Amino acid sequence: MIEGQPFFRFDWLVDNLDQLARRLGEHLLVTSIAVTVGFLISFALALLIRRYPPVYGPILAVSGILYAIPSIALFVLFIPITGLSLLTAEIALVSYTLVILVRNIVTGLRGVPAEVIEAAKGMGYTDTQRLWRVELPIALPIIVAGVRIATVTTIGLVTVATLIGMGGLGYLIVNVGVQRRFPTATITGVVIVVLLSMLVDLALLALQRRLTPWAKAREA
Amino acid sequence: MTSGTTSGAVVALEHVAKRFGPPSSPPAVSDLSLTIPAGEICVLVGPSGCGKTTTMKMINRLIEPTSGRITIDGVDVTRQPAVELRRRIGYVIQQVGLFPHLTVAENVAVVPRLLRWPDARVRERVDKLLDLVGLDPAGYRSRYPAALSGGERQRAGVARALAADPPVMLMDEPFGAVDPILRDRLQNEFLRLQAKVRKTIVFVTHDVDEAIKMADRIAVLQRGGILAQYDTPDAILAHPASEFVERFVGADRGLKRLSLSRVRDLPLFELVTVHIGERREDVRQRLQGLAVLDYALLLDDEDRPLGWIDRHALDGVGPIERDAVTPDATLLQPESTLRDALSAMLLSSVQLGVVVDENERVLGAISVDEISDTLRAAVTPSRGSA
Repeated sequence: MIEGQPFFRFDWLVDNLDQLARRLGEHLLVTSIAVTVGFLISFALALLIRRYPPVYGPILAVSGILYAIPSIALFVLFIPITGLSLLTAEIALVSYTLVILVRNIVTGLRGVPAEVIEAAKGMGYTDTQRLWRVELPIALPIIVAGVRIATVTTIGLVTVATLIGMGGLGYLIVNVGVQRRFPTATITGVVIVVLLSMLVDLALLALQRRLTPWAKAREA
Repeated sequence: MTSGTTSGAVVALEHVAKRFGPPSSPPAVSDLSLTIPAGEICVLVGPSGCGKTTTMKMINRLIEPTSGRITIDGVDVTRQPAVELRRRIGYVIQQVGLFPHLTVAENVAVVPRLLRWPDARVRERVDKLLDLVGLDPAGYRSRYPAALSGGERQRAGVARALAADPPVMLMDEPFGAVDPILRDRLQNEFLRLQAKVRKTIVFVTHDVDEAIKMADRIAVLQRGGILAQYDTPDAILAHPASEFVERFVGADRGLKRLSLSRVRDLPLFELVTVHIGERREDVRQRLQGLAVLDYALLLDDEDRPLGWIDRHALDGVGPIERDAVTPDATLLQPESTLRDALSAMLLSSVQLGVVVDENERVLGAISVDEISDTLRAAVTPSRGSA
């Protein structure tokens, strides 16, 4: 903190709205790429596990190890290969989503009651029809729950990705706030990250409720 | 598409066997052959491990037989892809397995949609079926399974199985998960429904009483999927083919047979009926004309039975008085089973049953002896028995 300045400068906030919006945009973009790619990979892995259940253990072990690596280490690990690029950041971010998403998709699919599967087979669904029209819709609440956790986690991690030059709200917190000793930027960045996490989480929850009106009937 | 016009198809198993392990392992089903006539309910019954469910699942190829052949109306079930076969066979299981994410109407529409029926036809069919199983379409169409009671779910499951009007239905302990009172009601409803739709039904249960009630024919299976006996319920109860069948149907098989017949199946005999104030000597004379009975039946002013009057209470002369009556005449309806009739008659002091119509007007009487004669009467084993 520079001597003689107030702790929080609202005038800076007002003057930098365009920068805030840009950083928020960067943050959202990096987050959505990570969650989307992470989901696609996890979905493919979950289908593989559905077909060959024995691979579940090894897949969970590998993604668990990835999850256990400290985020800074994971970010810098690929710099020698992929440089200070979006790719480097996404490799790390996607790795973190896998364990959450794979586990939730598999748990969701496995939670489909045995009698429902039996009835679906007996009525003449093909395997693919059963997956898309019966198992996935029923697994949806648990799958969306996984996406919510993965998204909120990723929003937090993207903040760290500023260390390898990814911008985002982390740039405000670290590069502007900490390095230049300007607390206003740090506080602003943190507040936006927290609000963003909560809003996205609620939006996904609302989406899930909308997609699964039947789940409400079950609770009632 | 009207229900009732479509009849079932003949289902035939020829030397069907199933082993789940290597050729040395004990078979789950061994060399099973049976023919189920079109439009009949065939109940597969037996203790656990007798292969009844395995046998049923081989018909829609949820389980593929190790050897042997299964045909529906003469066509081998392996001649078409399994999923297409299954769309033509109704399937009902104990836990129903309604799809929780679909409404009742969408659940019932599943097979028609798989068969790509046009929307209008699907909608019409769904309403018709909900009606048929006693679920008012307006009230139930858009409910989710979670909002249904156990009985409603079971009915919706039956409607779903009947949706594409399949000639054959497989039912795996369909009423096994509901309480006894509801089970009895669902069984009766289903029998009435079957009288309209006349499907060929393969019904699996471990409950002998349910088998006797539901079946046109019973296949009793024993461990290893060996067919112990295949015959009508009455023939199986009257002439168990082996000690195993005899033990399985139970020591009370005589009584169980009685639940297969109804009072209206017996010839009724005539009663001497009297009213208060009639002269004893006249009644004595009328009783002598009918030597079978020692009792006359006293009626009230509206000709409804009040009770029995013993022959000895008619000694002497003068009008009959009310205190001469033994007031516990057993009243039976023509629809009562002989089992219920016998039970009621044994509890009363005069072991006769007065058969009355819905207005309690006397139609005649039956006796305990008559019921036991029925039991002794020969039962002709049906055609096609194993």
